[in-house]
Amino acid sequence: MKIDYEKVGLKVGLEIHQQLNTKRKLFCHCPTILRDDEPDGEIVRVLRPSLSEMGEVDKAALIEARKGKKFIYQFYNDTTCLVELDEEPPHPPSEEALKIALEVALLMNMDVVDVAYTMRKIVIDGSNTSGFQRTIFLARDGYIETSEGKVGITSLCLEEDAARKIEDRGEAVVYNLDRLGIPLVEISTAPDIKSPKMAKEAAKRIGEILRATGKVKRGLGTIRQDINISIKDGARIEVKGVQDLDLIEKVVENEVIRQLNLLKIRDELKKRNAEVVEQIFDVTEVFKDCKSKIIQNALKKKNGKVKAVLLKGFAGLVGKEIQPGRRLGTEFSDRAKVIAGVGGLFHTDELPKYGITEEEVKKLREFVNADDLDAVIIVADEESKVDRALEAVIERAKEALIGVPEETRRALEDGNTAYLRPLPGAARMYPETDIPPIVIKKEFIDEIKANLPELPEEKFERFKKEYKLNDELAKKMVLSYYVDLFEKLCKKFKNVKPVLIATTLENTLKEIKREGYDIDKLEERHCEEIFMALSDGKIAKEGIVEVLKGFCEYPNKNIDEILEIKGLKGLSKEEVEKIIEEIIKEHLNVVREKGEKAYGFLMGRCMAKLRGKADGKLVNDILREKLKEFI
Amino acid sequence: MDVGDVIRVETDKGVFEGILLPSTDENIITIKMKNGYNVGILKENVKNIEIISKGEKPKYELPPLNIEKNEKFKTISILSTGGTVASKVDYKTGAVHPSFTADDLIRAVPELLDIANIKGRAVMNILSENMKPEYWKRIAEEIKKEIEEGADGIVIAHGTDTMAYTAAALSFMVKADVPIILVGAQRSSDRPSSDAALNLISAVLAAREPIKGVYVVMHGESGDTFCYMHRGVKVRKCHSSRRDAFKSINSIPVAKINPFKKEIKYLQEVEKSDNSKKVEINTKLEEKVALIKVYPGMNGEIIRFYVDNGYKGIVLEGTGLGHAPEYIFEDMKYAIDKGVVVVMTTQTINGRVNMNVYSNGRELQKLGVIGCEDMLPEVAYVKLMYLLGNYKPEEVKKLINKNLVGEIEYRSRFDAY
Repeated sequence: MKIDYEKVGLKVGLEIHQQLNTKRKLFCHCPTILRDDEPDGEIVRVLRPSLSEMGEVDKAALIEARKGKKFIYQFYNDTTCLVELDEEPPHPPSEEALKIALEVALLMNMDVVDVAYTMRKIVIDGSNTSGFQRTIFLARDGYIETSEGKVGITSLCLEEDAARKIEDRGEAVVYNLDRLGIPLVEISTAPDIKSPKMAKEAAKRIGEILRATGKVKRGLGTIRQDINISIKDGARIEVKGVQDLDLIEKVVENEVIRQLNLLKIRDELKKRNAEVVEQIFDVTEVFKDCKSKIIQNALKKKNGKVKAVLLKGFAGLVGKEIQPGRRLGTEFSDRAKVIAGVGGLFHTDELPKYGITEEEVKKLREFVNADDLDAVIIVADEESKVDRALEAVIERAKEALIGVPEETRRALEDGNTAYLRPLPGAARMYPETDIPPIVIKKEFIDEIKANLPELPEEKFERFKKEYKLNDELAKKMVLSYYVDLFEKLCKKFKNVKPVLIATTLENTLKEIKREGYDIDKLEERHCEEIFMALSDGKIAKEGIVEVLKGFCEYPNKNIDEILEIKGLKGLSKEEVEKIIEEIIKEHLNVVREKGEKAYGFLMGRCMAKLRGKADGKLVNDILREKLKEFI
Repeated sequence: MDVGDVIRVETDKGVFEGILLPSTDENIITIKMKNGYNVGILKENVKNIEIISKGEKPKYELPPLNIEKNEKFKTISILSTGGTVASKVDYKTGAVHPSFTADDLIRAVPELLDIANIKGRAVMNILSENMKPEYWKRIAEEIKKEIEEGADGIVIAHGTDTMAYTAAALSFMVKADVPIILVGAQRSSDRPSSDAALNLISAVLAAREPIKGVYVVMHGESGDTFCYMHRGVKVRKCHSSRRDAFKSINSIPVAKINPFKKEIKYLQEVEKSDNSKKVEINTKLEEKVALIKVYPGMNGEIIRFYVDNGYKGIVLEGTGLGHAPEYIFEDMKYAIDKGVVVVMTTQTINGRVNMNVYSNGRELQKLGVIGCEDMLPEVAYVKLMYLLGNYKPEEVKKLINKNLVGEIEYRSRFDAY
């Protein structure tokens, strides 16, 4: 489907969460590391929403609370503490994190607030042990540039990351506390984005700015993108957790398609005078001998029931595709799954199927008094779950009559989205009284301003000019994990060509990793030793690969030991001369036969013996000289 | 311009709009913006302020619940002394409002309705660190009133800092035929993770038991799994922040309470109620009692200070088995010669005082210092106040190391530590 995004009135805003690579967590002194080993223990907790001034809890909170879930928190004695366990008040925020966040804000041309307050944002899905996420509003009103125009940056907040979900056991959700409290910057753009491509570009640009600080975490899960999408007459949809930059375009596209189709369905329903009957029918009797495994299993449960709701005028539309492979029925089913925890539902647009016979469908229709234009939804499970599921279906079906419901949805791997929860209410924040207000002094801002990092394009130009890197290598190096090390080595070893340092860091390391060497063992010290040796003429550049491999194998050894092990001890000029002379003497017949043309053959022989031990250029010079002596 | 007004502040960094909040610093204007965040603006950066709309006085009154009394249930009175057992958050301004009425408690913890008929009121509103003996007396009087008006059990909501002192005071002052349960929270009730609700449910469960005595009910472990019921004279706050801060000392908890299954499992024998619903209180206390911690290098002048200021009793928190440096012996002698009752507890908290083992202890006994067995220093302090308020010094000296209400156990259980 070719969509004119301007015509449909597409508006997209991004919310980007990036973990910072700080020494300690935002509100405690634990390191910001994730672990995959066995936790030292577990704590079971429950959460209860507190009353708001209306005597009500907000919608999103209520849904979580209704589920009556327990939360199990895994902890480590050495890298998580009482703060993550909500057993100790927060420590003052990490100054390092504040500084990085302000750096990002200034790079995006934002205004920093005079006094920042730590707030508690209510989140009761268990991902925060406290039941709220601590967040600090630091800056606003900035912008970034894209090829399709400026995108406003409305806010930058510094907040704590949530606990890491390990598994959902139904009655309990298991979280690991290692991630809880890692500093995150949350960057929200204005809904200035007008096309899927522009959305991707804006996200990419923000990512580049973040990485320019050199102080953000890299790798899977360290950056998360939420996308707010709306079209004219549609609704604002918040899509959570788009991890992959390349998926952004697809998600926006598919969401527009979904909203357009939901609007079409609404128009059709209006035309048909469709109606949702607010009644739940117990149709267990109809299915008591049903062959469907799902229904059989449900009826075996204590209080197992099959119940139905009647959607008048919905026939054919429940099965209508609204996103590739997803139907209106899928939307009903998503709600039922999330809200009631049932496995799914059946609708008459897809029946008979799944072991449900035509006869049973007929009886079902008769039971609820459905005619051909009506659709019937059935759910089979334990009775209270069935009722909750069908209430959710009734609610969603009624929304179909109005159009697109506002929701929070989660991104699926194929670029589709599925229902996650209702949009959170705007104001569910109150101050974190355990942390005093943070006065951001002008001098502090000035100091950060004076030391702002280069943006990628500035760095790219400088690398080309200063280090004579070509376009390709300069681009690679700018985005490289080793960018700071590269510059450090270049400055330290002025007689080593920057191109050699860059290719070593960007290409050679990758090559030996591919060969199976564990390059994670390498430290800065190793690279420094190598280039020091090179700079001193102790090794030849041809020897770098072998030394790197050596360091991977023996990370605790020094370069001399590695050279010894690898047999790469550099040779003196005299030794090289001697060896070359010997090689020439061995092949005197070739020399006599070919004269100067024997050079190529001899050079091959010499390098076979001297690679890594003597510089190629030196071998070349000596060989040419010696050869003359023998001709 | 009043707190609550919606205002518009022009600054050199753009315009801020939001609700004006109270500010702790006179140079800062604090507002809550539309997005829910609070932000502070330095007054020196303000170019212009205008009021967009006057704030409405927020209403926290909710319609009464009109809950009917269930004749099958016991009636439990929940008396609040301050802090927040239940609270409402006004997300519009971010303010937290404590609430004390039975309706508020039930709105916050509806499970209470399945356990008992709940009466509730605030008898005072003070922070627990500001507690003083005068307030203990008031609480005792309120308890008496509630029981006489038909309460089958009492729950006292109390700040945790000094809850154990109040529990000890009530243990000595109140003789009632119903359970008196003190309860608190280590995480305030405005937080979804608060321990208040489970503690309160457990406390009400304990309060409807057919027993008597004063107890503290709090989380049994860091997780939200069960609560422990501790004897009011054998319990101490042992952690500044954890939910399971309260521990039975030199004893084990009286019972384990599962607030989810509403089950109570007794771990020790307790005194049964005789269904008389009788209540007597004796609120006489001698407030001139001091609690002094002994430490290397301490100056004995402090003892003389108390004596010279008319103090009648001194509880020492000694080292080890109940020792004090010999360089304060003269000061102690000064106190005892002036008729001050000087008693010894131990700063090890766990374990019993025994002043026969080392010569230091024997010397102290010779001076007239009385060892307090396995009694907690705080409990000894309260008990000495109670005894001096009701008995002659010679009687006090005899009673201080005799068990009256469970504060002393003569057997040291291995599993108590």
